[in-house]
Amino acid sequence: MEFSSRRLADVVVAAPAGQIDHPNAMKLQRALTPIVDEAAAGKNPLVLDFTGVEYISSMGLRVLMVAARQMKSGNAPVAIAGLQPEVAEIFEIARFRFVVDVFPTVRDALVALSAPAAAAYGASRT
Amino acid sequence: MAALRGAAGRTFATDGELETYVDSLGLAVSGTFGGHSPCVEIVTGGSDFVLCDLGTGVRPFGQSVIARHGGAPQTFHVFMSHVHWDHIMGFPFFAPAYRPGNRIRIYGAHAELETALRRQQEPPSFPVDFSALGATIEFMRLEPDRDYEIAGLNVRLMLQRHAGDSYGYRFTAAHKTVIYTTDSEHTLTDLTESQRFVDFFRDADLVVFDAMYSLADSISVKADWGHSSNLVGVELCQMAGARHLCLFHHEPVHGDETIARVLAETQRYEELARPDQTRPLRVSAAYDGMEIVL
Repeated sequence: MEFSSRRLADVVVAAPAGQIDHPNAMKLQRALTPIVDEAAAGKNPLVLDFTGVEYISSMGLRVLMVAARQMKSGNAPVAIAGLQPEVAEIFEIARFRFVVDVFPTVRDALVALSAPAAAAYGASRT
Repeated sequence: MAALRGAAGRTFATDGELETYVDSLGLAVSGTFGGHSPCVEIVTGGSDFVLCDLGTGVRPFGQSVIARHGGAPQTFHVFMSHVHWDHIMGFPFFAPAYRPGNRIRIYGAHAELETALRRQQEPPSFPVDFSALGATIEFMRLEPDRDYEIAGLNVRLMLQRHAGDSYGYRFTAAHKTVIYTTDSEHTLTDLTESQRFVDFFRDADLVVFDAMYSLADSISVKADWGHSSNLVGVELCQMAGARHLCLFHHEPVHGDETIARVLAETQRYEELARPDQTRPLRVSAAYDGMEIVL
């Protein structure tokens, strides 16, 4: 699994990629924890860009659950974007549509969460 | 309704054609998954009967034994996951317990096993006291992580996460292995916990698995409620190289359609999660009266 993150205005976009199986779920947790801590403390929105995620196991989904609950308890918005069709199926089977808002694309998530971040995203894509 | 709608415009010339049509409807339409609480028989080929838990399913089981064998004395070996009510409530209605000559050996790791079974037959809960049962009833305390030879089976227990503890069982005989693991929560917080179950399930022919909740429920609003999910069952069985996962201990609020949908989704998740170059894991959903031949 690979992991990267970037900041667009007030939003952090975190992008894991590859297979989030049980061992990689622990890696995702370690990568995500400081980002979620900071975003929740600052009430800054977090977008998880799943465009590059090919599979996620129950342990990986639990990492997302913990992150989403921490963000929500800090009144900080959180969303997931860009689910591949098979990962979207897993979200449905696991009933995760009730856990976190899911958007078709990162752009859609940013438009919903932060106009400055959406503008910055648009500028970065031109 | 679905069966009638499907039959509209069709003609059935023989009973066979009608039966073929009914069989094509699927269990959620043609019948029901049922609603008995846990009781699973393991048929060993020996003369003794082997059961897991004493939920309401033990009542029809007892009736079937009497129908097949009449009043001939029988020996029953019962392995208890734990003593919560849904797992013991069938025993007062187990007719063979009332017949002198029958022998019932109840095994478990809980110190309060005998107390729990006696107490549910005390007034005002039940009119017949435990002491009035005619069969010879013995309680056998087992310990986890030890091997036992009972009724022709190698038996091993494993501690599981559940209020008051529960125990999973691994039964092996004639190179066939059955895992009975119900009322078992998986927290998904560390790899060591998962590996412990993978080792216990290793190369099993059948895993009867607690899949009561969705994954999201099991790790959020129903965390610490002591049950697991279909996704975790698939993953543990795949990692263990098991051959058949049977979803068990269905959520009581789920109707037949929902259970059928969960089964179909679980079979799809098995495809999505299956590692390359590995054989498919068969996935089924338990129903009252289900028989699985190993």
